[in-house]
Amino acid sequence: MLALETNNLAKTYAVGFWRKRPRVALRPLNLTVEAGEVFGFLGPNGAGKTTTLKLLMGLVFPTGGSARILGMEIDDPRMKAQIGFLPEQPYFYDYLTAKELLEYYAQLSGVPAKERSKRVEAMLARVGLSEAACVQLRKFSKGMLQRVGLAQAILHSPEMVFLDEPMSGLDPMGRREVRDLIQELQQEGKTVFFSTHILSDAEALCNRVAVIQQGELRGAGAVADLTAQAHRKVEIIFYGHSIPPGLTRLGAETHVSGEVVRAVLPEESQGAALELMRQEQLRLISLNPVHGSLEDYYIQKLKPAAAHAEVGR
Amino acid sequence: MNTRIVHVAFNTFREAVRDRILYNLIAFALLLSGAAVLVGQISIDIERLVVVNLGLTAVSLFGVVIAIFIGIGLVAKEIEKRTLYTVLSRPVRRWEFVVGKFFGLTGTLVVNTACMAIGVFLALLYVSHKFQSSDGWILVALYFIVLQFLILCALALFFSSFSSPLLAAVFSFSLFVIGSFSEDLRGFARMSQGLTQWMTTTAVYLVPNFSALNVIGQVAHQQPISTQLIAYNTLYALAYAAVAISGAVLIFERRNLK
Repeated sequence: MLALETNNLAKTYAVGFWRKRPRVALRPLNLTVEAGEVFGFLGPNGAGKTTTLKLLMGLVFPTGGSARILGMEIDDPRMKAQIGFLPEQPYFYDYLTAKELLEYYAQLSGVPAKERSKRVEAMLARVGLSEAACVQLRKFSKGMLQRVGLAQAILHSPEMVFLDEPMSGLDPMGRREVRDLIQELQQEGKTVFFSTHILSDAEALCNRVAVIQQGELRGAGAVADLTAQAHRKVEIIFYGHSIPPGLTRLGAETHVSGEVVRAVLPEESQGAALELMRQEQLRLISLNPVHGSLEDYYIQKLKPAAAHAEVGR
Repeated sequence: MNTRIVHVAFNTFREAVRDRILYNLIAFALLLSGAAVLVGQISIDIERLVVVNLGLTAVSLFGVVIAIFIGIGLVAKEIEKRTLYTVLSRPVRRWEFVVGKFFGLTGTLVVNTACMAIGVFLALLYVSHKFQSSDGWILVALYFIVLQFLILCALALFFSSFSSPLLAAVFSFSLFVIGSFSEDLRGFARMSQGLTQWMTTTAVYLVPNFSALNVIGQVAHQQPISTQLIAYNTLYALAYAAVAISGAVLIFERRNLK
């Protein structure tokens, strides 16, 4: 079952005061997220991640296309009762305490009055804020606000959770806790859609990811498939004091350490490199494939646009 | 009543109270007690008139300032601070949010006015040592002041739904001033001709008739207020506020929260 489906979802803003000019924030986006998966929405700052999330949350209106969440239209209140949302750098009502804020959100989400206070207390404990439950939010640090934000997003036990940069502003310990929380949500059968530009988080947590840049989808798929698509390389280690010139011409990245040379080069150059070593009578120590990372895929996908932008300058 | 509207309204009220909005009551209490003591010493036989006039005018002005300056920020502040995002991503419709905010602020103003009303009656008791049956009309004047706040809150919300907070404050305050002289505007419309008459007549119907809601002078002179005027003003204020809120909702329903 699809938890999220966008069909040519697009957003163009009219900017300027007198003469309005169109500014494309999101080009037609087609994306699907399966129920129960953790989906990473990747891209650099200003790529269109937050715009997409705002469109899905009904905070801005699409200028084209449509989207369905949990099989319902994005403006359907029944759907909104089943989703949770953490905005980027969340900010809440200054003069409420964490407990009051969560009670307010529980009321708005339709959590039954009988369950409310028990649910709020459990949620505060889950994000490690039991001690600060009665402190006004204006006295909270950025990290504590992020925790409150996470608590309000999952308070009503939603089927699907949307998190916009959930790790931003958190220290390493906090990031680890958020990662654990996302994994727990997945174990509970929830669908998690989160945007980030921290690739290690996405690689560690996501079943599938999509890469977006300049409002355009650059690629999407299972993390394992995408990393396999990234440029394949091999690592060759051999005895030697210097780097043979032919190896550099094959596009190898080389490093000499004592009597050992390490060269990483494209997989297609492997045969030529071995032939070169045979001619030069160099002794091979090892030959290993280098696995692509999500970072390789990400950079590979973003490079053409960056190059295009460079040419356009 | 829709429970989500009640929750938004209660939260708005709580936020306003904690944001020290009701601290204006201290300034009001100081003003009124100072005036009562002073009036008791320098006025002969008109202490009651001065205290009622001064007290009700102060109630009105304090409330107007709160209605405009809190009203214009009700939605704008939530957008600017992005607190709205987590509210509207729940099963809360935009119109429910706007209406809830409106009720929250009017609720704050009603509580504020009730506290000030107690102050007015205490000051009155201090200067005249006893209440008279005609003092009951002060309650009607206070009721009309609350009706003014209802209209002003709705207007502040309406203007803030499409303009910056500063412009919304200017528009709302301008309408309050013009509306306070709406009887003069009506007279001018009667006297003028041609295009000017058409324009002033249109303005008479568009601008809220605050002068009809101001009976402070009458009440201070212990003149009764007709039940017809009470009924007319009630219907007028409710209708005007409903139209302004509907306008705010219509605009807000289409607004992109960038």
